[in-house]
Amino acid sequence: MQVNENNFRPKIVAFCCNWCSYAGADLAGTNRLNYPADVKIIRVPCSCRVNPMFILRAFQRGADGVIMCGCHPGDCHYTSGNYFARRRMTLLFSMLDYMGIERERTRVEWVSAAEGAKFAATMNEFVETVTALGENKRLEDLRCKSKQ
Amino acid sequence: MQEQTVKRALELLADGTVNRVLGWKTGEFAYDTTPAVFTSAEEVEKSFIYNDFCGPNLSKYLIKESRKEGKILVFLKPCDTYSFNQLCKEHRLIRENIYVIGVPCTGKVSAEKIKSSGIKGITGMESDGENVTVHTLYGDSTVKKSDAMGAKCSTCKSKKHVAFDELIGEDGEVNNDNARFEMVEKLEAMSADERYEFWRGELSKCIRCNACRNVCPACSCENCVFDNPESGIQQRAAVNSFEENMFHLIRAFHVAGRCTDCGECSRVCPQNIPLHLLNRKYIKDINEFYGDYQAGADLDTRPPLNAYTFDDCEPSIVYKKGGNE
Repeated sequence: MQVNENNFRPKIVAFCCNWCSYAGADLAGTNRLNYPADVKIIRVPCSCRVNPMFILRAFQRGADGVIMCGCHPGDCHYTSGNYFARRRMTLLFSMLDYMGIERERTRVEWVSAAEGAKFAATMNEFVETVTALGENKRLEDLRCKSKQ
Repeated sequence: MQEQTVKRALELLADGTVNRVLGWKTGEFAYDTTPAVFTSAEEVEKSFIYNDFCGPNLSKYLIKESRKEGKILVFLKPCDTYSFNQLCKEHRLIRENIYVIGVPCTGKVSAEKIKSSGIKGITGMESDGENVTVHTLYGDSTVKKSDAMGAKCSTCKSKKHVAFDELIGEDGEVNNDNARFEMVEKLEAMSADERYEFWRGELSKCIRCNACRNVCPACSCENCVFDNPESGIQQRAAVNSFEENMFHLIRAFHVAGRCTDCGECSRVCPQNIPLHLLNRKYIKDINEFYGDYQAGADLDTRPPLNAYTFDDCEPSIVYKKGGNE
């Protein structure tokens, strides 16, 4: 693990769908694969449950990066949830980028229940990217920052 | 145009087809028109106007008006008919209670645009279709109409009426040259830092007056998220940059795929924030990613955020896109 000088640890929120990615995270755990503890997983019934406002709210409450994980397209437990989520997130991320929010702070990754290794690798990589970017300054709400 | 519209309104009122007329009348200033419901022939004769200053889109008023007793006559400009169609599609209007007359439009003069060009002390304005004569305290001056139109009209998307019961004048054509996305493209080509600066500069002017939400034909929810004190972004003066950003980001997303690009949000903004640039970004993205789609153009295509295909692009397309990091 890379430790940078000011000891900055990003706060990462990961929205994981109950059927694939959450099980994938579980598998990563049972396989003893390492991924940073900075990732806070929020279990959702389906990636389609992720309202774009959840992502903005996460940033408001101090997240430095938000990642959404769901079943691979075609594998959704509810047949079509992730297709809708995919369109929604594409547009939202494009808009965030348009408003000048660093595009590396948001990501969507499809992780199935059998891909524990992919889950760990994705999280490692994402945390590394966000750590390099530093704190989320552009989309922060100062009222929600903890006093240090 | 004025005479024809008044004549037709009076005829329809007289033969009992409609019992009210939704149109425009002079507002606080002669060049500042305001939507109005006329219930009698005398009122129509006295104060109904249709001229180059009639910017307001009347379609949203029909949500409430069409639920009242009797039929209402409404005058819609080409771009207003898109909003009208979109509202019909969302079952917000009772179509049987509405009689639509399509009126031609050659672009509406924006008083804000004229003021921003440095003309002060305006007491009145007249337009003859080519030039706008501005009466000021310091004498008259003339501005070309093409220079006096707001962003919504200078890059008009269509002169074609997509919904009407009858037309006054000739129907126009849809404009497909995509000139309306020029400013969006310019912004996309900037670096992320420049874009951030641009939007902070614009959005920090926001006073949360909610005019953009109240005028938007797509923003017609009866219970709005901004009225919910639990939402974290409820209506009140924005206290920090986050709320300024969020209000517009969320509002733009709520109308994504349903915004007909009528440009009312920018027209009514008292702070002159170019809000249409947010909506046009979504329209442009939807066109690029999921195929051309014009909200309100018809009544049966599925809205893009309500549909999907297996081969849709992945969200990672955003990271790979052009423009600077």
